[in-house]
Amino acid sequence: MTRSGMRGLRAAALTGTLVFASGAYAAENPIKLGVLEDQSGDFAAATIGKVHAIQLAAEEINKAGGIMGRPLELVTYDTQSDNTRYQEFMRRVLQRDKVDVVFAGFSSASREAYRPIVDQFNGFAFYNNQYEGGVCDGHMVVTGAVPEQQFSTLIPYMMQTYGKKVYTLAADYNFGQISAEWVRKIVKENGGEMAGEEFIPLGVSQFSQSIQNIQKAKPDFVVTLLVGTAQASYYEQAASANVNLPMASSVNVGQGYEHKRFKPPSLKDMYVTTNYIEEIDSPKSKEFYAKFKAKFPNEPYVNQEAENSYLALYLYKQMVERAKSTNRDEIRKVIAMGDVCMDAPEGKVCIDPKSQHMSHTIYLAKVGADHSISFPKVWEDIKPYWLGDAGCDLTKKDPMAQYTPSNPPPKP
Amino acid sequence: MDIATLAFSALYQFGDAFAFLVLSACGLAVIFGMMGVINLAHGEFIMCGAYVTAATVHAGLPLPLGILCGTLASAFVGVLVELLVIRHLYDRPLDTIVATWGLSLIATQGTLILVGSTMAGVGTPFGSFQVGAYSYSIYRIVLFVAALAVLAALYALFNWTRFGVLARATIQVPHMAAALGVDTRLIYSLTFACGAGLAGLAGGLYAPTMTLVPTMGATFIMEAFVTVVIGGADVFLGTAPAGGILAIVKSGMTSWQGQLFGQIGLLIAVIIVVRVLPKGISGFVLRERT
Repeated sequence: MTRSGMRGLRAAALTGTLVFASGAYAAENPIKLGVLEDQSGDFAAATIGKVHAIQLAAEEINKAGGIMGRPLELVTYDTQSDNTRYQEFMRRVLQRDKVDVVFAGFSSASREAYRPIVDQFNGFAFYNNQYEGGVCDGHMVVTGAVPEQQFSTLIPYMMQTYGKKVYTLAADYNFGQISAEWVRKIVKENGGEMAGEEFIPLGVSQFSQSIQNIQKAKPDFVVTLLVGTAQASYYEQAASANVNLPMASSVNVGQGYEHKRFKPPSLKDMYVTTNYIEEIDSPKSKEFYAKFKAKFPNEPYVNQEAENSYLALYLYKQMVERAKSTNRDEIRKVIAMGDVCMDAPEGKVCIDPKSQHMSHTIYLAKVGADHSISFPKVWEDIKPYWLGDAGCDLTKKDPMAQYTPSNPPPKP
Repeated sequence: MDIATLAFSALYQFGDAFAFLVLSACGLAVIFGMMGVINLAHGEFIMCGAYVTAATVHAGLPLPLGILCGTLASAFVGVLVELLVIRHLYDRPLDTIVATWGLSLIATQGTLILVGSTMAGVGTPFGSFQVGAYSYSIYRIVLFVAALAVLAALYALFNWTRFGVLARATIQVPHMAAALGVDTRLIYSLTFACGAGLAGLAGGLYAPTMTLVPTMGATFIMEAFVTVVIGGADVFLGTAPAGGILAIVKSGMTSWQGQLFGQIGLLIAVIIVVRVLPKGISGFVLRERT
C-alpha cells in the first residue's frame, strides 16, 4: 500500500469518510460520486480493490479534464460489510451530500438493503458486481455479470467435460439461494440431475460434515457459491480431506482470488466464469493492470469487480456527456438508445436498455494444480438477455423489483 | 454402507466438532469462566495466534514451532492487555465488556491497515486417509488429540501445580490469598496470559485449515462463549462435558439437516442447559459432590 493510501485508510478509520477533492477544480461545480463499498469486515478482501479502481478512474478522468469540464469528486464511506451501514450511508449520500450518482454494494443482501432507499429518494446507483440477476429497476445500472452470462456458459461446459451429476454448495442468503435456483434450472435443461444441495450460513468456517455429505452424494462436480472470507476455508478443508472433485463457481477466483491465498493444490480443477481477472492476457487487460499496479503497487489482486467499477465510471462519463446532464431521466434516454458501449479491459461491453444490465466477454478460467490460471474457453459478447426476454422493459415501465426464474415479471 | 464406516464417520464428525468447541473455548474458560472477565477480544487473541503462526511458517519455521510462537505471542499480548487495561477493571465487570470490545475493534481494524485484507495460508499438513467410501483429513484427528491434550494439561496445571493452587486461591478469595503472602497481581497477570495463550494456541492449530483474515476471530467467538456459558466456572469439569454435549448436538444436527440446523441445534441446546442448570454443567457436578 502506498504511503498516501495508508494515510487515507487511517483517516478513513478515524472519521469513517474519505473525501477526495481536487483543489484545482474547487471553484468549479463538481460532479459528486458516492462510493459505498466494504473496506473492512468479512467482504473487505474482495472489495477494497473496487474502491481503488474507482479512485484510479476518477484520477484519470480528472486529469483529462473531468466530465463536461466539471471535476469528479468522490464521497467515500466504509460500509464495513454491514447491511445497516449501507442504509445509513445511502441516506447520507443522497440527502446530505447530495451526490449525483452512487457506486455501491458487494453482497446482494446489501444491495437489496439499500435499493429501496435509492428508489425512495429518487437517486441513481450503479451496482458493479456479479450477482444472481433479476433486478429490474430504473434507478439502477448493473455492470456486473449475471447468471445467464456466468451459468449458462459454465454449467453446460462442466456437464460435458465431467458428467451430469451436480452438487451445489451455496451461501445461505439471497445470492446463494437464487444462484442455486439458476444452477438447478440449467442442469435440468441440459438433462442432468442434482446430486445434492447445501446452504451454508454466512460466517461458517468449518466444513467437515458438508465435505462428507458431498462424498456421500458422489457428484461429478461441485458448484461452489461460497461467499465471504470465512466460507473460503472450505477449499483448504476439502483438499486436505482429499475430496478431489472438480469445482465450478461464479464467485470464486474472480472475486476473492482464493488461488493466490491458499497453498496449492487446494483449488485444483476449479472452473470459474468471470468477465475479468488480472491473468487475462490481452493488450487492453495488460494496460489496465499496469495502470492499476502503478497507482496501487501493493494491491494483492485486481479482480473482476475492480474492472467493473473502473469501466462503470467511464460509462457514466459517457452517459453524462451525451445527455449533457447528470439528471437520471436524461441519462436513461441515452441508455434507451441502446448504444452506450465502450472498449473495456475485458473487451467490448454495452448496456442493454431493457434491463440496464451489461453485456460481457466471459472468460472460463481454470485453476491448475500449481494454482496457475488457464483459459480453456472464451465467450464474446454474452448479453444479459434473461430479464428482457422475461418481460422486463425499463424503457417502457419501471417496476423497481427483483425477479427470479420461479418469480418472473408479470405477463402484461 | 456398513456399520463400521458409519460409526467411524459419526465419531470423526463428533471429534471434529468437539475439537473446535474445546479449543476455541478453553482460553475463554480461563479468562471468563475462572476470572470472570467477559473478554470480547477473545477472537482477536485467536487471530493473533493464527497470524503469528502463519508468519513464522512463511519465514521458514516448521509448523509446530510456528504454533508455539503463535501461542507465546498471544500470551505476551495477553500480559500487556492485562497490565494496561484489564487490571484496572477487575471490580467493574461490565466495563470490561466495553473495554475488550474496543480492543477487538482496534485489533481487527489495525490488522487490516497494517497487514492488509488477507494473508496467504500455510496449507494443511499430513494429507488424508480413506475409510469405506469417505476420505478424511489426518490433521483433523491431530486437532482432536490436541483438544484432549489441552484439557488434560489444564487439569494438571490447575490441580497439581503450585501455580494452579495459588491461581484458584487468588480467584476464589483474593484478599485472603493476599494476606497469606500471595502476589495476587502477578497471579492475575499470569492467569490472564495463560488464557490468552490458549486462545493463541487455538488460532495456531486452526491457521493451516482456514482463511487468514482480520475478522477470522469472529467465527470462533460464538462457539467459545456458548461452550463456556454452559460449561460454567470450572475449566476441566465444565468445558470438557460442555464441548462433548454440544459436539454431539452440532454434528448430529449438521449431518441430519445441514449447517444451518447444526447452528440452530447448538443454540437450542444452550437455552435448555442454561434454563435447567443456571450455574452451568460444572456448577451442577460440583453441587452434587458437596
